[in-house]
Amino acid sequence: MTRWNEDILLSVERMSMRFGGLLAVDDLSFNVGKGDITALIGPNGAGKTTVFNCITGFYKPTAGRITAHTLEGEKFLLERMDDFRIPKQAKVARTFQNIRLFGGMTVLENLMVGQHNPLMKASKFTFGGILGLSSYKEAEKQAIELAKYWMEKTGLTYRADDAAADLPYGEQRKLEIARAMCTRPKLLCLDEPAAGLNPRESEELNALLLHIRAEEDTGILLIEHDMNVVMEISDHIVVLDYGEKIADGTPEEVRNDPKVIAAYLGVSDEDVENVEQQIEQDVTGSGETEAPK
Amino acid sequence: MEYFVQQLINGVTLGSIYGLIAIGYTMVYGIIGMINFAHGDIFMVGAFISLIVITALGLTVSTGLGLTFVALILVLVCAMIIASAYGWTLERLAYRPLRGSFRLAPLITAIGVSIVLQNYIQIAQGARVKPLQPIITDGYTLMTKTTEAGEFVVQISNIQILIISVTVILMAVFSLIIAKTSLGRSQRACEQDQKMASLLGINVDKTISTTFVMGAALAAVAGLMFLLYYGVIDFFIGFVAGVKAFTAAVLGGIGSLPGAMLGGLVIGLIETFWSAYFSVEYKDVAAFAMLAIVLIFLPQGLLGKPEVEKV
Repeated sequence: MTRWNEDILLSVERMSMRFGGLLAVDDLSFNVGKGDITALIGPNGAGKTTVFNCITGFYKPTAGRITAHTLEGEKFLLERMDDFRIPKQAKVARTFQNIRLFGGMTVLENLMVGQHNPLMKASKFTFGGILGLSSYKEAEKQAIELAKYWMEKTGLTYRADDAAADLPYGEQRKLEIARAMCTRPKLLCLDEPAAGLNPRESEELNALLLHIRAEEDTGILLIEHDMNVVMEISDHIVVLDYGEKIADGTPEEVRNDPKVIAAYLGVSDEDVENVEQQIEQDVTGSGETEAPK
Repeated sequence: MEYFVQQLINGVTLGSIYGLIAIGYTMVYGIIGMINFAHGDIFMVGAFISLIVITALGLTVSTGLGLTFVALILVLVCAMIIASAYGWTLERLAYRPLRGSFRLAPLITAIGVSIVLQNYIQIAQGARVKPLQPIITDGYTLMTKTTEAGEFVVQISNIQILIISVTVILMAVFSLIIAKTSLGRSQRACEQDQKMASLLGINVDKTISTTFVMGAALAAVAGLMFLLYYGVIDFFIGFVAGVKAFTAAVLGGIGSLPGAMLGGLVIGLIETFWSAYFSVEYKDVAAFAMLAIVLIFLPQGLLGKPEVEKV
């Protein structure tokens, strides 16, 4: 039931993020399990993207701890790392709500940039690369293979030499995911990957994410508003509202949680007490919707 | 006709030196959007290092061809390494602490650093002009024409051949680095979106340092070439050459590597032809007037990409 609390990939512990007088994230704790697709949902302004920004080093959280666990059992405290070390060492990659590709570079080059670190090492900081060392050629060949693999998975092979900025929106989204996967991450954070996709593209995205979970040994943490996507593919859902966690569980549990329903649909004034009572009963009754603090 | 060919050769040589310096301006501008006004002074430092190493090696015109070649390569490597160290230190001390502050701050420090470098060399090496006896002499006669005034000979000297070929080779190597290697890709990535580049594991600070080092190394090469070609240097050469090279970078389209090369060539040619056919005094006016004219009709420069803002 709570697999994600046992085989942990990322744990966020008592994290708060304050911007001046605004408490964007308030004492948030949750775990992301290995091999799970974890969805972070909540109404607009609930603090989801702030959580992402803290995990990937954009912001330093005001309080709390974020730990990434690698498969080898190493631990990295993300809030203390330089931002470029987070993908390099802790193996956390992310995409953005508004696409941030390198528009002037080709699709292939975008994917190669994602593999900068292994290539840099193999080229002995470029000197070997210029001289044409065989180890560098080998590394470059492998990098191109990996890029090809992800182009194939995202159906972008025919676009390999086109500038990324010339791609249609849906393909740009896929390219962002492919590029993130080229860093060989252990945790992939996706900020609204389905936003702006048509139903067919959205379906392809689901297939891609399920493929990543099944084949790549990569956990996924995603922010998504499209409930069809969330309910269909995620194993574990964390619900935020006003920076606080209001639910944490399987899609089934979360779907039926009255707090979640109240947060999403709103409650009329007369119903507030009813709902609160119900929540009270629910918490004391099953005690499972709320993860132990 | 003969006169024209001779000026063409001279112009291309001068343009090569400008082009080498201009690359440093354009690369730094491309990656952090800042004009490194101290770059011309790195060129000057490179020329001084070359002079010191040449003197230390005791290189003269009577040194054998093979030995001269080896010695010049040694001088080149020394100048590139030491100038790179200057470039790296400059970025580390003067620019990195100001990254993320308002746009004019690094520009002001750049001018400050330029003055510091000039005064430092002035004190360390003296304010007088430093001469160097010609090391590479001779050349090839391409054409001769007998006129009433005497013979007019079109010559390409060995030093001109050296300058042009070194420039062509270095530009080819650098273009290759930018286009094909992982380092070049990371530089282009930082140019477009530094935050995203760091999220893909690229050390942005290190990439920027590398860019300064590469620019400084090329400026040192230009310094050596300048020294060999003109035979005199002083602590102030960096200013004029720097301004010309900056003009070349803007003319070619700042941020564009082939643009910098083309811009350098154009500025070199204009200057040479203007002094050859009109007046030597106004050659700088001609070069800058050309810049103004090009920028009026092509604000992004000859090869620069126009900035398109999406709405």
